[in-house]
Amino acid sequence: MPPRSRLIGLGALLLLLVISPPFLSSYLLTLLTQALIYGILAMSLDLLLGYTGLPSLGHAAYLGVGAYSVGVLTTRYGAGFWFTLAVGVLVAMVVAAVFGLVALRATGVYFLMITLALGMVIWGLAHRWVSMTQGDNGISRIPRPDLGLPWSLANPLPFYYFALGGFLLALWILWVIVQSPFGQSLVGIRESESRMRTLGYDVWLHKYIGFVIAGTIGGLAGVLWAYYNGFVSPADVELATSVEALLMVALGGRATLLGPAVGAAAIVFLKNLVSVYTHRWLLILGAVYIGTIVYAPEGIAGAVSELQSKRGGRAGRPQAKAEA
Amino acid sequence: MTDPTPPALSLSDLSKTFGGLRAVDGVMLQVEAGERRAIIGPNGAGKTTLFNLISGELPPTEGRITLFGRDVTRLPPHRRAARGLARTYQITNLFPRLTVLENCLLAVQALTSVKLHLHRALHRYPALFERARAVLEAVGLTGKEGETVRNLSHGEQRQLEIALALAGAPRLLLLDEPTAGLSPGESHLMTTLLKRLDPSITILVIEHDMDVAFELAKRVTVLHFGKVIADGLGEEVKANPLVQEIYLGAQ
Ligand SMILES: Nc1ncnc2c1ncn2[C@@H]1O[C@H](COP(=O)(O)OP(=O)(O)O)[C@@H](O)[C@H]1O
Ligand SMILES: [Mg+2]
Repeated sequence: MPPRSRLIGLGALLLLLVISPPFLSSYLLTLLTQALIYGILAMSLDLLLGYTGLPSLGHAAYLGVGAYSVGVLTTRYGAGFWFTLAVGVLVAMVVAAVFGLVALRATGVYFLMITLALGMVIWGLAHRWVSMTQGDNGISRIPRPDLGLPWSLANPLPFYYFALGGFLLALWILWVIVQSPFGQSLVGIRESESRMRTLGYDVWLHKYIGFVIAGTIGGLAGVLWAYYNGFVSPADVELATSVEALLMVALGGRATLLGPAVGAAAIVFLKNLVSVYTHRWLLILGAVYIGTIVYAPEGIAGAVSELQSKRGGRAGRPQAKAEA
Repeated sequence: MTDPTPPALSLSDLSKTFGGLRAVDGVMLQVEAGERRAIIGPNGAGKTTLFNLISGELPPTEGRITLFGRDVTRLPPHRRAARGLARTYQITNLFPRLTVLENCLLAVQALTSVKLHLHRALHRYPALFERARAVLEAVGLTGKEGETVRNLSHGEQRQLEIALALAGAPRLLLLDEPTAGLSPGESHLMTTLLKRLDPSITILVIEHDMDVAFELAKRVTVLHFGKVIADGLGEEVKANPLVQEIYLGAQ
């Protein structure tokens, strides 16, 4: 890992995220807020796809249960923010803990299919459990949270900073995890599961912990998403959302955390731009995916670091001495 | 059980079938603690499969595996590793996109509780790095720490194979053709490296090359079509007419 250039990039990006919003149009601010929330979802998926090598195709499920928790708790019970946040994240964690037991029995393409099926279970619940979710109508009129601050989160700018806070929290948690011995074990599993086993790792346990963490942080994205939209419906939990999340990770660059966040921004902006001209969003997504695979298999982050190394960044590394 | 020093490894009637193929067929084998034992046999004899059974990567169809006096037949691989078992692979099995040091660190932390720590950065555990560097030095990879493993030469990758197995300070080491694919010079270096290993480690080594096998181990077990057909000191085994037939036939 090149920590130096990466830290500089990180610092520049964060600075931009903090100081630029007051100068942006409210439309751009809206998109940026969406990008931050999807960024959380994408980064949490990166822990699975990028770091552990587990291609989950049901990650929208966690966004969904987080969002629906907010919908139900706020509109029915008038629950406050911190309680709602805790419950939303906890429900996502429990769902991930249950789904993980099922999904981690499989590997490779079977894992993909099982996570897809489990994602559909949540979609089916959103759709069918009308007494709780109000079915296709969705839950509307979710109030913006009141944190007792002098700025109302009903306004775009304060809400943006609120979402930024959530994003930074998720980034920090995931960053600490991927730098940790446990995080490194996930990478080891991605690189060689069989070797990890014979070295002494309970591979299942490590995957399971990673799976639950990813789902929990996905739930955080859902909580913010519901507050942001004021509305949650089965459309939020669709397969398309899971596919978008995967694409955000692939486009941004796997196993880089910040790459998937940038990928999320790219997809959010593209989606809004494209929706002016066409409804064939999935077709465009497919094209972007193929383009990524062909032209930038390591994603945006990979392309950037390649550019850096072409400029001579790593060419001068000291060569190791001859063999003993 | 009451034996004060139980054998490092004991296999009783161990079999593995793949469909109709008896890849390992009723193997009885005992390796004493501290022993160096070679397993030889032609390609497809079932040697690697036997290692996969011992390490727990494959479940046996029949039979029992005892490690240091404890029945481990039903234990998963990581629990066997925790009891002091380590192995290398005939087909190099490393973490190709990580650096040499990162590979070794994964192996070093594998048998510690640190592997589940997720709140502190790995670089805040200097003891792990010290151990990893020591292991790399023992296999002659000092200076290569920062190299990405997939960019190493084949010979260096084979050295790293050994390093990963040594990192957990194993009591029983299974080496699956450590010299596979090495040039004669590299092969000689590898043999020297293996002969220098701590004599208290029990070693079971699969070797295709008979000369290397006899250099590493006094006692040799010959496997053929999944069965043990000879077992004894080097000279006895060499003189065994069946072994001669197989080897002359194979070469
Ligand atoms: N996973 C497997 N599934 C089916 N057949 C296998 C499997 N592993 C090994 N075999 C077969 O078992 C036999 C023994 O293989 P192996 O143990 O690799 O031999 P060796 O290491 O002595 O060359 C071979 O015929 C091989 O094709
Ligand atoms: Mg073999």
